[in-house]
Amino acid sequence: MELKGRVWKFGSDVDTDAIIPARHLNTADPAELARHCMEDADPDFPLKVKPGDIIVAGKNFGCGSSREHAPIAIKAAGVSCVIAGTFARIFYRNAFNIGLPIFESPEAAEDVGEGDEVAVDPETGTIKNLTTGKTYRAAPVPPFMRQIIAAGGLINYVAARVKKEGARGGKT
Amino acid sequence: MPMTITEKILAAHAGKDRVVPGEMIAARVDLALANDITGPVAIKEFEKIGVSNVFDRERVAMVPDHFTPNKDIKSAELARLVRDFSRKHGIVNYFEVGRAGVEHCLLPEQGLVGPGDLVVGADSHTCTYGALGAFSTGVGSTDLAAAMALGEVWLKVPETVRFEFEGELQPWVGGKDLILRVIGDIGVDGALYQAMEFAGPAIEKLSMDGRFTMCNMAVEAGAKNGIIAPDEVTRAYVEGRCRRPYRFYQSDPGARYKKVYRYDASRIEPQVAFPHLPENSRPVSEAGLVEIDQVVIGSCTNGRMEDLREAARVLEGKKVHKNVRLLIFPGTQEIYLQSLKEGLIETFVRAGAAVGTPTCGPCLGGHAGILAAGERCVATTNRNFVGRMGHPESEVYLSGPAVAAASAVAGRIASPLEVE
Ligand code: SF4
Repeated sequence: MELKGRVWKFGSDVDTDAIIPARHLNTADPAELARHCMEDADPDFPLKVKPGDIIVAGKNFGCGSSREHAPIAIKAAGVSCVIAGTFARIFYRNAFNIGLPIFESPEAAEDVGEGDEVAVDPETGTIKNLTTGKTYRAAPVPPFMRQIIAAGGLINYVAARVKKEGARGGKT
Repeated sequence: MPMTITEKILAAHAGKDRVVPGEMIAARVDLALANDITGPVAIKEFEKIGVSNVFDRERVAMVPDHFTPNKDIKSAELARLVRDFSRKHGIVNYFEVGRAGVEHCLLPEQGLVGPGDLVVGADSHTCTYGALGAFSTGVGSTDLAAAMALGEVWLKVPETVRFEFEGELQPWVGGKDLILRVIGDIGVDGALYQAMEFAGPAIEKLSMDGRFTMCNMAVEAGAKNGIIAPDEVTRAYVEGRCRRPYRFYQSDPGARYKKVYRYDASRIEPQVAFPHLPENSRPVSEAGLVEIDQVVIGSCTNGRMEDLREAARVLEGKKVHKNVRLLIFPGTQEIYLQSLKEGLIETFVRAGAAVGTPTCGPCLGGHAGILAAGERCVATTNRNFVGRMGHPESEVYLSGPAVAAASAVAGRIASPLEVE
Protein backbone atom coordinates (compact mmCIF):
# COMPACT_ATOMS: atom_id res chain seq x y z
CA MET A 1 0.00 0.00 0.00
CA GLU A 2 1.35 3.35 -1.02
CA LEU A 3 2.06 5.87 1.73
CA LYS A 4 1.26 9.40 0.68
CA GLY A 5 1.12 12.76 2.38
CA ARG A 6 2.45 16.22 3.08
CA VAL A 7 5.99 16.51 4.34
CA TRP A 8 6.94 17.99 7.70
CA LYS A 9 10.63 18.65 7.69
CA PHE A 10 12.93 18.44 10.71
CA GLY A 11 16.70 18.75 11.15
CA SER A 12 19.33 16.26 12.31
CA ASP A 13 19.63 14.54 15.69
CA VAL A 14 15.91 14.83 16.53
CA ASP A 15 15.94 13.16 19.95
CA THR A 16 13.20 11.19 21.65
CA ASP A 17 12.74 13.98 24.21
CA ALA A 18 11.73 16.21 21.30
CA ILE A 19 9.47 13.53 19.84
CA ILE A 20 7.71 12.92 23.14
CA PRO A 21 8.97 14.81 26.21
CA ALA A 22 9.28 12.85 29.46
CA ARG A 23 6.68 15.08 31.12
CA HIS A 24 4.09 13.14 29.11
CA LEU A 25 5.47 9.69 29.84
CA ASN A 26 3.21 9.18 32.81
CA THR A 27 0.87 7.59 30.30
CA ALA A 28 1.38 4.95 27.62
CA ASP A 29 -1.95 5.71 25.90
CA PRO A 30 -1.19 6.22 22.18
CA ALA A 31 -3.94 8.84 21.67
CA GLU A 32 -2.65 10.92 24.56
CA LEU A 33 0.97 10.59 23.42
CA ALA A 34 -0.10 11.69 19.93
CA ARG A 35 -1.43 14.96 21.35
CA HIS A 36 2.15 15.88 22.32
CA CYS A 37 4.01 14.39 19.39
CA MET A 38 7.08 16.47 18.37
CA GLU A 39 5.92 19.32 20.58
CA ASP A 40 9.38 20.36 21.78
CA ALA A 41 10.58 20.54 18.17
CA ASP A 42 7.44 22.26 16.90
CA PRO A 43 4.73 23.10 19.47
CA ASP A 44 2.00 23.26 16.80
CA PHE A 45 2.85 19.94 15.18
CA PRO A 46 0.13 17.90 16.93
CA LEU A 47 -2.49 20.40 15.68
CA LYS A 48 -1.15 20.69 12.15
CA VAL A 49 -0.39 17.08 11.28
CA LYS A 50 -2.97 15.24 9.16
CA PRO A 51 -3.42 11.49 8.68
CA GLY A 52 -0.98 10.21 6.08
CA ASP A 53 1.53 13.03 6.52
CA ILE A 54 5.21 12.18 6.37
CA ILE A 55 8.08 13.27 8.61
CA VAL A 56 11.37 13.90 6.81
CA ALA A 57 14.46 14.53 8.92
CA GLY A 58 18.25 14.56 8.74
CA LYS A 59 20.68 12.14 10.32
CA ASN A 60 20.32 10.22 13.59
CA PHE A 61 16.54 10.55 13.93
CA GLY A 62 15.23 9.28 17.27
CA CYS A 63 18.48 9.46 19.21
CA GLY A 64 18.43 9.37 22.99
CA SER A 65 16.20 7.26 25.14
CA SER A 66 14.79 3.81 24.38
CA ARG A 67 11.22 4.99 24.91
CA GLU A 68 8.93 3.18 22.52
CA HIS A 69 6.48 5.97 23.28
CA ALA A 70 8.32 7.93 20.57
CA PRO A 71 7.40 5.80 17.52
CA ILE A 72 4.02 5.10 19.16
CA ALA A 73 3.31 8.85 19.39
CA ILE A 74 4.30 9.40 15.76
CA LYS A 75 2.19 6.51 14.54
CA ALA A 76 -0.82 7.51 16.66
CA ALA A 77 -0.55 11.09 15.35
CA GLY A 78 -1.42 9.65 11.95
CA VAL A 79 2.02 10.00 10.39
CA SER A 80 2.26 7.34 7.67
CA CYS A 81 6.04 7.01 7.66
CA VAL A 82 9.33 8.67 8.59
CA ILE A 83 12.11 9.27 6.08
CA ALA A 84 15.52 10.20 7.49
CA GLY A 85 19.17 10.29 6.55
CA THR A 86 19.90 7.76 9.29
CA PHE A 87 18.04 6.53 12.35
CA ALA A 88 19.33 6.03 15.86
CA ARG A 89 19.69 2.36 16.67
CA ILE A 90 16.98 1.77 19.27
CA PHE A 91 14.43 3.93 17.47
CA TYR A 92 15.08 1.97 14.27
CA ARG A 93 14.21 -1.33 15.89
CA ASN A 94 11.31 0.05 17.87
CA ALA A 95 9.71 1.43 14.72
CA PHE A 96 9.75 -1.99 13.03
CA ASN A 97 8.59 -3.70 16.20
CA ILE A 98 5.50 -1.52 16.56
CA GLY A 99 4.78 -1.19 12.84
CA LEU A 100 5.77 2.39 12.03
CA PRO A 101 7.21 2.37 8.50
CA ILE A 102 10.59 4.11 8.27
CA PHE A 103 12.92 4.68 5.34
CA GLU A 104 16.57 5.57 5.25
CA SER A 105 17.54 7.88 2.41
CA PRO A 106 20.15 10.60 2.91
CA GLU A 107 19.32 12.01 -0.55
CA ALA A 108 15.60 12.34 0.09
CA ALA A 109 16.30 13.70 3.56
CA GLU A 110 18.45 16.40 2.04
CA ASP A 111 16.32 17.19 -1.00
CA VAL A 112 12.67 16.98 -0.02
CA GLY A 113 11.23 20.25 1.23
CA GLU A 114 8.69 21.22 3.86
CA GLY A 115 5.19 21.04 2.43
CA ASP A 116 6.10 18.79 -0.53
CA GLU A 117 3.74 15.95 -1.37
CA VAL A 118 5.56 12.63 -1.21
CA ALA A 119 4.52 9.06 -2.00
CA VAL A 120 6.42 6.00 -0.78
CA ASP A 121 6.09 2.43 -1.99
CA PRO A 122 7.00 0.36 1.08
CA GLU A 123 7.58 -2.76 -1.01
CA THR A 124 10.31 -1.30 -3.18
CA GLY A 125 11.45 1.58 -0.98
CA THR A 126 10.82 4.01 -3.81
CA ILE A 127 10.28 7.55 -2.58
CA LYS A 128 8.58 9.87 -5.05
CA ASN A 129 8.43 13.61 -4.54
CA LEU A 130 5.15 14.45 -6.27
CA THR A 131 5.86 18.17 -5.97
CA THR A 132 9.20 18.11 -7.78
CA GLY A 133 8.89 14.85 -9.71
CA LYS A 134 12.17 13.49 -8.31
CA THR A 135 12.48 9.91 -7.06
CA TYR A 136 14.79 8.34 -4.51
CA ARG A 137 15.54 4.82 -3.41
CA ALA A 138 15.55 4.03 0.32
CA ALA A 139 18.20 1.70 1.79
CA PRO A 140 16.97 -1.91 1.64
CA VAL A 141 15.28 -3.22 4.77
CA PRO A 142 17.44 -5.91 6.47
CA PRO A 143 16.09 -9.48 6.07
CA PHE A 144 15.31 -9.91 9.78
CA MET A 145 13.25 -6.73 9.80
CA ARG A 146 11.41 -7.98 6.71
CA GLN A 147 10.41 -11.08 8.63
CA ILE A 148 9.12 -8.88 11.43
CA ILE A 149 7.07 -6.80 9.01
CA ALA A 150 5.72 -9.93 7.30
CA ALA A 151 4.63 -11.32 10.66
CA GLY A 152 2.85 -8.07 11.53
CA GLY A 153 5.29 -6.88 14.21
CA LEU A 154 7.68 -8.51 16.65
CA ILE A 155 5.05 -9.69 19.10
CA ASN A 156 3.18 -11.63 16.42
CA TYR A 157 6.49 -13.06 15.24
CA VAL A 158 7.35 -14.23 18.76
CA ALA A 159 3.83 -15.47 19.48
CA ALA A 160 3.89 -17.58 16.32
CA ARG A 161 7.23 -19.04 17.32
CA VAL A 162 6.05 -19.85 20.84
CA LYS A 163 2.97 -21.54 19.41
CA LYS A 164 5.05 -23.60 17.02
CA GLU A 165 7.71 -24.65 19.49
CA GLY A 166 5.46 -25.09 22.48
CA ALA A 167 7.44 -24.98 25.72
CA ARG A 168 10.38 -22.59 25.98
CA GLY A 169 13.80 -23.13 27.41
CA GLY A 170 14.74 -21.69 30.77
CA LYS A 171 13.12 -22.27 34.11
CA THR A 172 10.08 -20.64 35.61
CA MET B 1 40.27 -15.67 13.76
CA PRO B 2 40.92 -13.01 16.42
CA MET B 3 37.80 -11.42 17.93
CA THR B 4 37.00 -8.36 20.04
CA ILE B 5 35.59 -8.79 23.53
CA THR B 6 32.14 -7.79 22.24
CA GLU B 7 32.27 -10.43 19.49
CA LYS B 8 33.42 -13.10 21.95
CA ILE B 9 30.58 -12.47 24.39
CA LEU B 10 28.03 -12.45 21.58
CA ALA B 11 29.44 -15.66 20.09
CA ALA B 12 29.31 -17.39 23.47
CA HIS B 13 25.67 -16.40 23.95
CA ALA B 14 24.72 -17.47 20.45
CA GLY B 15 26.34 -20.87 20.92
CA LYS B 16 28.87 -20.20 18.18
CA ASP B 17 32.63 -20.38 17.93
CA ARG B 18 32.81 -17.05 16.21
CA VAL B 19 30.68 -14.21 14.93
CA VAL B 20 31.49 -11.44 12.49
CA PRO B 21 30.21 -7.85 12.39
CA GLY B 22 26.97 -7.54 10.46
CA GLU B 23 25.85 -11.07 11.29
CA MET B 24 22.38 -11.49 12.83
CA ILE B 25 22.34 -13.77 15.86
CA ALA B 26 19.84 -15.10 18.36
CA ALA B 27 21.54 -14.73 21.72
CA ARG B 28 20.76 -16.04 25.18
CA VAL B 29 19.95 -13.30 27.71
CA ASP B 30 21.42 -13.34 31.22
CA LEU B 31 19.32 -10.45 32.52
CA ALA B 32 16.41 -8.44 31.14
CA LEU B 33 15.37 -5.23 32.86
CA ALA B 34 12.71 -2.55 32.69
CA ASN B 35 11.67 0.49 34.69
CA ASP B 36 8.42 2.24 35.61
CA ILE B 37 8.17 3.96 32.20
CA THR B 38 9.21 1.20 29.83
CA GLY B 39 7.95 -1.67 32.01
CA PRO B 40 4.22 -1.01 31.54
CA VAL B 41 4.57 -1.00 27.74
CA ALA B 42 6.69 -4.16 27.86
CA ILE B 43 4.18 -5.88 30.15
CA LYS B 44 1.30 -5.04 27.81
CA GLU B 45 3.20 -6.53 24.86
CA PHE B 46 4.39 -9.52 26.90
CA GLU B 47 0.81 -10.40 27.70
CA LYS B 48 -0.01 -10.63 24.00
CA ILE B 49 2.63 -13.28 23.35
CA GLY B 50 0.66 -16.07 24.94
CA VAL B 51 3.13 -17.42 27.48
CA SER B 52 2.07 -17.84 31.08
CA ASN B 53 5.32 -16.76 32.70
CA VAL B 54 8.66 -15.06 32.14
CA PHE B 55 11.59 -17.18 30.93
CA ASP B 56 13.28 -17.06 34.32
CA ARG B 57 11.94 -15.09 37.23
CA GLU B 58 15.43 -14.57 38.64
CA ARG B 59 16.68 -13.06 35.40
CA VAL B 60 14.08 -10.35 34.94
CA ALA B 61 14.64 -7.15 36.94
CA MET B 62 12.05 -4.43 37.48
CA VAL B 63 13.27 -1.13 38.86
CA PRO B 64 10.71 1.64 39.32
CA ASP B 65 13.13 4.55 39.48
CA HIS B 66 12.07 7.25 37.02
CA PHE B 67 8.92 8.84 38.42
CA THR B 68 9.28 7.39 41.91
CA PRO B 69 8.43 8.06 44.67
CA ASN B 70 5.30 8.39 42.53
CA LYS B 71 5.14 11.96 41.30
CA ASP B 72 1.45 12.01 40.39
CA ILE B 73 -1.57 9.77 40.04
CA LYS B 74 -0.77 8.58 36.55
CA SER B 75 2.78 7.59 37.50
CA ALA B 76 1.42 5.84 40.57
CA GLU B 77 -0.75 3.75 38.24
CA LEU B 78 2.27 2.88 36.08
CA ALA B 79 4.31 1.92 39.13
CA ARG B 80 1.44 -0.23 40.36
CA LEU B 81 1.25 -2.03 37.04
CA VAL B 82 4.92 -2.98 37.33
CA ARG B 83 4.49 -3.98 40.99
CA ASP B 84 1.43 -6.13 40.28
CA PHE B 85 3.12 -7.86 37.37
CA SER B 86 6.20 -8.52 39.47
CA ARG B 87 4.12 -10.04 42.26
CA LYS B 88 2.06 -12.13 39.89
CA HIS B 89 5.12 -13.55 38.16
CA GLY B 90 7.26 -13.83 41.29
CA ILE B 91 9.90 -11.51 39.84
CA VAL B 92 12.72 -11.93 42.37
CA ASN B 93 14.49 -8.71 41.43
CA TYR B 94 11.71 -6.20 41.79
CA PHE B 95 13.05 -3.24 43.74
CA GLU B 96 10.61 -1.20 45.79
CA VAL B 97 11.13 2.45 46.71
CA GLY B 98 13.26 2.56 49.84
CA ARG B 99 15.18 -0.53 48.78
CA ALA B 100 16.07 0.61 45.32
CA GLY B 101 17.82 3.31 43.36
CA VAL B 102 18.60 4.32 39.82
CA GLU B 103 18.62 1.05 37.86
CA HIS B 104 22.10 1.29 36.39
CA CYS B 105 23.67 2.09 39.76
CA LEU B 106 21.58 -0.54 41.48
CA LEU B 107 21.90 -3.72 39.41
CA PRO B 108 25.71 -3.93 39.37
CA GLU B 109 25.82 -2.96 43.05
CA GLN B 110 23.41 -5.80 43.84
CA GLY B 111 25.61 -8.25 41.96
CA LEU B 112 23.01 -8.90 39.28
CA VAL B 113 25.37 -8.22 36.38
CA GLY B 114 28.78 -9.77 35.95
CA PRO B 115 31.65 -9.90 33.47
CA GLY B 116 30.83 -11.86 30.33
CA ASP B 117 27.06 -11.43 30.76
CA LEU B 118 24.64 -10.47 28.03
CA VAL B 119 22.12 -7.97 29.31
CA VAL B 120 19.23 -6.22 27.58
CA GLY B 121 17.26 -3.45 29.22
CA ALA B 122 14.34 -1.32 28.19
CA ASP B 123 16.42 1.73 28.95
CA SER B 124 19.02 3.20 26.65
CA HIS B 125 21.65 3.49 29.39
CA THR B 126 21.71 -0.26 29.91
CA CYS B 127 25.04 0.07 28.09
CA THR B 128 26.48 1.10 31.50
CA TYR B 129 27.27 -2.51 32.46
CA GLY B 130 29.86 -2.80 29.70
CA ALA B 131 32.15 -1.35 32.39
CA LEU B 132 32.17 -4.83 33.95
CA GLY B 133 33.21 -6.49 30.70
CA ALA B 134 29.65 -7.50 29.85
CA PHE B 135 27.74 -7.00 26.61
CA SER B 136 24.87 -4.81 27.55
CA THR B 137 22.50 -2.81 25.41
CA GLY B 138 19.30 -0.79 25.52
CA VAL B 139 16.22 -1.99 23.67
CA GLY B 140 12.64 -0.85 23.32
CA SER B 141 9.76 -2.24 25.35
CA THR B 142 8.61 -4.67 22.65
CA ASP B 143 12.07 -6.17 22.25
CA LEU B 144 12.18 -6.48 26.01
CA ALA B 145 8.81 -8.21 26.08
CA ALA B 146 10.15 -10.78 23.63
CA ALA B 147 13.28 -11.24 25.75
CA MET B 148 11.18 -11.69 28.89
CA ALA B 149 9.21 -14.41 27.15
CA LEU B 150 12.01 -16.23 25.35
CA GLY B 151 15.17 -15.43 27.28
CA GLU B 152 16.59 -14.63 23.91
CA VAL B 153 17.22 -11.58 21.78
CA TRP B 154 18.03 -10.99 18.12
CA LEU B 155 21.09 -8.84 17.66
CA LYS B 156 23.22 -7.67 14.81
CA VAL B 157 26.88 -8.09 15.70
CA PRO B 158 28.30 -4.56 15.77
CA GLU B 159 31.61 -3.38 14.39
CA THR B 160 33.93 -2.19 17.15
CA VAL B 161 35.64 1.17 17.48
CA ARG B 162 38.48 1.29 19.98
CA PHE B 163 39.50 4.27 22.12
CA GLU B 164 42.92 4.06 23.74
CA PHE B 165 43.91 6.43 26.51
CA GLU B 166 47.54 6.90 27.46
CA GLY B 167 48.95 9.11 30.20
CA GLU B 168 47.95 10.26 33.67
CA LEU B 169 44.68 12.02 34.34
CA GLN B 170 44.93 15.61 35.55
CA PRO B 171 43.48 16.45 38.97
CA TRP B 172 39.66 16.64 38.95
CA VAL B 173 39.46 14.79 35.64
CA GLY B 174 37.42 11.58 35.59
CA GLY B 175 35.52 9.18 33.38
CA LYS B 176 32.91 11.82 32.59
CA ASP B 177 35.48 14.18 31.14
CA LEU B 178 37.01 11.46 28.97
CA ILE B 179 33.67 10.38 27.55
CA LEU B 180 32.46 13.95 26.98
CA ARG B 181 35.71 14.64 25.10
CA VAL B 182 35.20 11.53 22.96
CA ILE B 183 31.59 12.42 22.13
CA GLY B 184 32.70 15.97 21.40
CA ASP B 185 35.18 14.58 18.89
CA ILE B 186 33.08 11.92 17.15
CA GLY B 187 29.59 13.43 17.53
CA VAL B 188 26.26 12.09 18.78
CA ASP B 189 26.12 9.57 15.94
CA GLY B 190 29.88 9.02 15.76
CA ALA B 191 29.57 5.38 16.84
CA LEU B 192 26.10 4.67 15.44
CA TYR B 193 25.29 0.91 15.65
CA GLN B 194 28.87 0.21 16.81
CA ALA B 195 30.59 -1.10 19.92
CA MET B 196 32.82 1.40 21.73
CA GLU B 197 35.76 -0.33 23.41
CA PHE B 198 37.73 1.73 25.92
CA ALA B 199 41.27 0.67 26.73
CA GLY B 200 44.78 1.81 27.61
CA PRO B 201 46.74 2.63 30.76
CA ALA B 202 44.48 5.53 31.79
CA ILE B 203 41.43 3.26 31.65
CA GLU B 204 43.21 0.54 33.61
CA LYS B 205 43.80 3.08 36.37
CA LEU B 206 40.19 4.24 36.32
CA SER B 207 37.99 3.09 39.22
CA MET B 208 34.89 0.97 38.60
CA ASP B 209 32.72 4.06 39.15
CA GLY B 210 34.64 6.01 36.51
CA ARG B 211 34.29 3.11 34.10
CA PHE B 212 30.52 2.92 34.65
CA THR B 213 30.33 6.61 33.79
CA MET B 214 32.18 6.11 30.52
CA CYS B 215 30.20 3.11 29.31
CA ASN B 216 26.97 4.79 30.44
CA MET B 217 27.38 7.47 27.81
CA ALA B 218 28.29 5.20 24.89
CA VAL B 219 24.69 5.51 23.71
CA GLU B 220 25.19 9.28 23.54
CA ALA B 221 27.47 8.61 20.57
CA GLY B 222 24.83 6.31 19.08
CA ALA B 223 26.68 3.13 20.10
CA LYS B 224 25.08 -0.23 20.69
CA ASN B 225 27.33 -0.91 23.66
CA GLY B 226 30.34 0.43 25.49
CA ILE B 227 32.82 -2.03 26.92
CA ILE B 228 35.98 -2.24 29.02
CA ALA B 229 37.93 -5.47 29.36
CA PRO B 230 37.69 -6.78 32.93
CA ASP B 231 40.86 -6.68 35.05
CA GLU B 232 41.87 -6.65 38.71
CA VAL B 233 39.77 -3.53 39.38
CA THR B 234 36.76 -5.41 37.99
CA ARG B 235 37.63 -8.51 39.98
CA ALA B 236 37.80 -6.56 43.23
CA TYR B 237 34.34 -5.15 42.50
CA VAL B 238 32.58 -8.36 41.53
CA GLU B 239 34.19 -10.75 44.00
CA GLY B 240 31.76 -11.62 46.75
CA ARG B 241 29.16 -9.43 45.07
CA CYS B 242 28.22 -11.14 41.83
CA ARG B 243 25.48 -13.70 42.36
CA ARG B 244 26.14 -15.75 39.25
CA PRO B 245 29.34 -17.28 37.86
CA TYR B 246 31.11 -14.81 35.61
CA ARG B 247 33.72 -14.99 32.93
CA PHE B 248 36.46 -12.58 31.89
CA TYR B 249 36.81 -12.03 28.16
CA GLN B 250 39.51 -9.97 26.45
CA SER B 251 39.92 -8.73 22.91
CA ASP B 252 42.45 -10.81 20.98
CA PRO B 253 45.60 -9.21 19.65
CA GLY B 254 44.89 -8.63 16.00
CA ALA B 255 41.12 -8.27 16.50
CA ARG B 256 39.54 -6.14 13.79
CA TYR B 257 38.49 -2.60 14.62
CA LYS B 258 36.58 -0.25 12.39
CA LYS B 259 38.77 2.51 13.74
CA VAL B 260 41.20 3.12 16.60
CA TYR B 261 41.33 6.51 18.30
CA ARG B 262 44.27 7.42 20.53
CA TYR B 263 44.14 9.99 23.30
CA ASP B 264 46.72 11.48 25.58
CA ALA B 265 44.57 11.55 28.71
CA SER B 266 46.96 13.94 30.44
CA ARG B 267 45.87 16.66 28.01
CA ILE B 268 42.17 16.35 28.74
CA GLU B 269 40.76 19.07 31.01
CA PRO B 270 37.49 18.85 32.92
CA GLN B 271 34.77 19.17 30.27
CA VAL B 272 31.38 20.82 29.96
CA ALA B 273 28.85 19.95 27.24
CA PHE B 274 26.82 22.97 26.24
CA PRO B 275 23.15 22.85 25.23
CA HIS B 276 21.58 21.08 23.45
CA LEU B 277 23.69 18.06 22.54
CA PRO B 278 26.26 16.03 24.49
CA GLU B 279 28.69 16.56 21.58
CA ASN B 280 28.96 20.27 22.41
CA SER B 281 31.73 19.62 24.90
CA ARG B 282 34.57 22.00 25.58
CA PRO B 283 37.17 22.43 28.33
CA VAL B 284 35.76 24.19 31.39
CA SER B 285 38.45 26.87 30.98
CA GLU B 286 36.76 27.85 27.71
CA ALA B 287 33.23 27.97 29.13
CA GLY B 288 33.15 31.74 29.48
CA LEU B 289 30.70 33.40 31.87
CA VAL B 290 27.63 31.19 32.20
CA GLU B 291 25.54 32.06 35.24
CA ILE B 292 23.38 29.24 36.52
CA ASP B 293 20.22 28.63 38.56
CA GLN B 294 20.51 24.98 39.47
CA VAL B 295 23.00 22.15 39.81
CA VAL B 296 22.06 18.46 39.82
CA ILE B 297 24.50 15.83 41.05
CA GLY B 298 23.34 12.24 40.65
CA SER B 299 21.90 9.93 37.95
CA CYS B 300 23.08 6.67 36.43
CA THR B 301 26.04 8.58 35.03
CA ASN B 302 27.46 10.16 38.19
CA GLY B 303 25.44 9.16 41.25
CA ARG B 304 27.96 6.70 42.70
CA MET B 305 30.25 6.86 45.77
CA GLU B 306 33.26 8.25 43.97
CA ASP B 307 31.11 10.98 42.44
CA LEU B 308 29.64 12.03 45.77
CA ARG B 309 33.04 11.95 47.45
CA GLU B 310 34.41 14.18 44.72
CA ALA B 311 31.51 16.62 45.10
CA ALA B 312 32.00 16.64 48.88
CA ARG B 313 35.70 17.40 48.51
CA VAL B 314 34.79 20.52 46.57
CA LEU B 315 31.91 21.52 48.84
CA GLU B 316 33.62 20.87 52.20
CA GLY B 317 33.39 24.06 54.28
CA LYS B 318 31.86 26.04 51.40
CA LYS B 319 28.43 27.45 50.72
CA VAL B 320 26.23 27.05 47.67
CA HIS B 321 25.96 30.39 45.83
CA LYS B 322 22.89 32.41 46.87
CA ASN B 323 21.39 32.25 43.36
CA VAL B 324 21.81 28.51 42.98
CA ARG B 325 19.81 25.45 44.06
CA LEU B 326 22.04 22.42 44.45
CA LEU B 327 20.22 19.08 44.29
CA ILE B 328 22.05 15.88 45.11
CA PHE B 329 20.60 12.40 44.50
CA PRO B 330 22.65 9.43 45.71
CA GLY B 331 22.26 6.65 43.13
CA THR B 332 21.00 3.94 45.48
CA GLN B 333 20.01 3.37 49.09
CA GLU B 334 23.40 1.71 49.70
CA ILE B 335 25.18 4.77 48.33
CA TYR B 336 22.96 7.00 50.46
CA LEU B 337 23.84 5.02 53.57
CA GLN B 338 27.55 4.97 52.83
CA SER B 339 27.46 8.73 52.20
CA LEU B 340 25.82 9.18 55.57
CA LYS B 341 28.50 7.10 57.28
CA GLU B 342 31.28 9.03 55.59
CA GLY B 343 29.75 12.36 56.56
CA LEU B 344 29.17 13.41 52.95
CA ILE B 345 25.48 14.09 53.50
CA GLU B 346 26.35 16.42 56.37
CA THR B 347 28.83 18.24 54.15
CA PHE B 348 26.14 18.65 51.50
CA VAL B 349 23.45 19.88 53.87
CA ARG B 350 25.82 22.28 55.62
CA ALA B 351 26.79 23.67 52.23
CA GLY B 352 23.13 24.40 51.56
CA ALA B 353 22.32 21.54 49.19
CA ALA B 354 19.04 19.65 49.04
CA VAL B 355 19.69 15.91 49.27
CA GLY B 356 16.98 13.77 47.69
CA THR B 357 16.04 10.13 47.82
CA PRO B 358 17.54 8.01 45.03
CA THR B 359 15.51 8.60 41.84
CA CYS B 360 16.02 9.66 38.23
CA GLY B 361 13.98 12.72 39.17
CA PRO B 362 15.10 15.79 37.22
CA CYS B 363 17.54 13.91 34.97
CA LEU B 364 14.78 13.25 32.44
CA GLY B 365 12.63 16.18 33.51
CA GLY B 366 10.42 13.90 35.57
CA HIS B 367 10.14 15.63 38.91
CA ALA B 368 12.08 16.95 41.91
CA GLY B 369 13.96 19.74 40.19
CA ILE B 370 12.26 20.82 36.96
CA LEU B 371 13.54 23.99 35.27
CA ALA B 372 11.47 27.05 34.38
CA ALA B 373 11.79 28.88 31.05
CA GLY B 374 15.20 30.50 30.72
CA GLU B 375 16.76 28.68 33.66
CA ARG B 376 20.18 27.09 33.38
CA CYS B 377 21.42 23.97 35.11
CA VAL B 378 24.77 22.24 35.36
CA ALA B 379 24.10 18.50 35.71
CA THR B 380 26.19 15.37 36.08
CA THR B 381 23.58 13.56 33.97
CA ASN B 382 24.01 12.41 30.38
CA ARG B 383 21.62 14.36 28.15
CA ASN B 384 21.15 18.05 27.54
CA PHE B 385 18.53 17.89 24.79
CA VAL B 386 15.95 20.67 24.43
CA GLY B 387 13.48 20.37 27.33
CA ARG B 388 15.30 17.44 28.90
CA MET B 389 15.04 18.87 32.43
CA GLY B 390 11.90 20.93 32.05
CA HIS B 391 10.81 23.90 29.99
CA PRO B 392 11.88 23.73 26.33
CA GLU B 393 13.56 27.10 26.84
CA SER B 394 15.68 25.91 29.77
CA GLU B 395 19.29 24.83 29.36
CA VAL B 396 21.33 21.91 30.67
CA TYR B 397 25.14 21.85 30.77
CA LEU B 398 26.71 18.44 31.35
CA SER B 399 29.81 17.95 33.49
CA GLY B 400 31.44 15.69 36.03
CA PRO B 401 30.74 16.06 39.78
CA ALA B 402 33.75 18.29 40.49
CA VAL B 403 32.78 20.95 37.97
CA ALA B 404 29.14 20.67 39.02
CA ALA B 405 29.97 21.22 42.70
CA ALA B 406 32.38 24.07 41.90
CA SER B 407 29.73 25.71 39.73
CA ALA B 408 27.20 25.46 42.56
CA VAL B 409 29.61 27.40 44.77
CA ALA B 410 30.60 29.96 42.14
CA GLY B 411 27.09 30.58 40.79
CA ARG B 412 28.43 30.12 37.28
CA ILE B 413 30.18 27.35 35.37
CA ALA B 414 33.49 27.01 37.18
CA SER B 415 36.49 24.72 37.47
CA PRO B 416 37.13 23.14 40.88
CA LEU B 417 40.53 24.87 40.79
CA GLU B 418 38.76 28.24 40.96
CA VAL B 419 36.96 27.55 44.23
CA GLU B 420 39.72 25.61 46.06
S1 SF4 C 1 19.20 8.65 35.76
FE1 SF4 C 1 18.54 9.68 33.88
S2 SF4 C 1 19.58 8.69 32.22
FE2 SF4 C 1 19.79 7.37 34.02
S3 SF4 C 1 18.11 5.89 33.87
FE3 SF4 C 1 17.38 7.61 35.07
S4 SF4 C 1 16.42 9.02 33.60
FE4 SF4 C 1 17.67 7.59 32.43
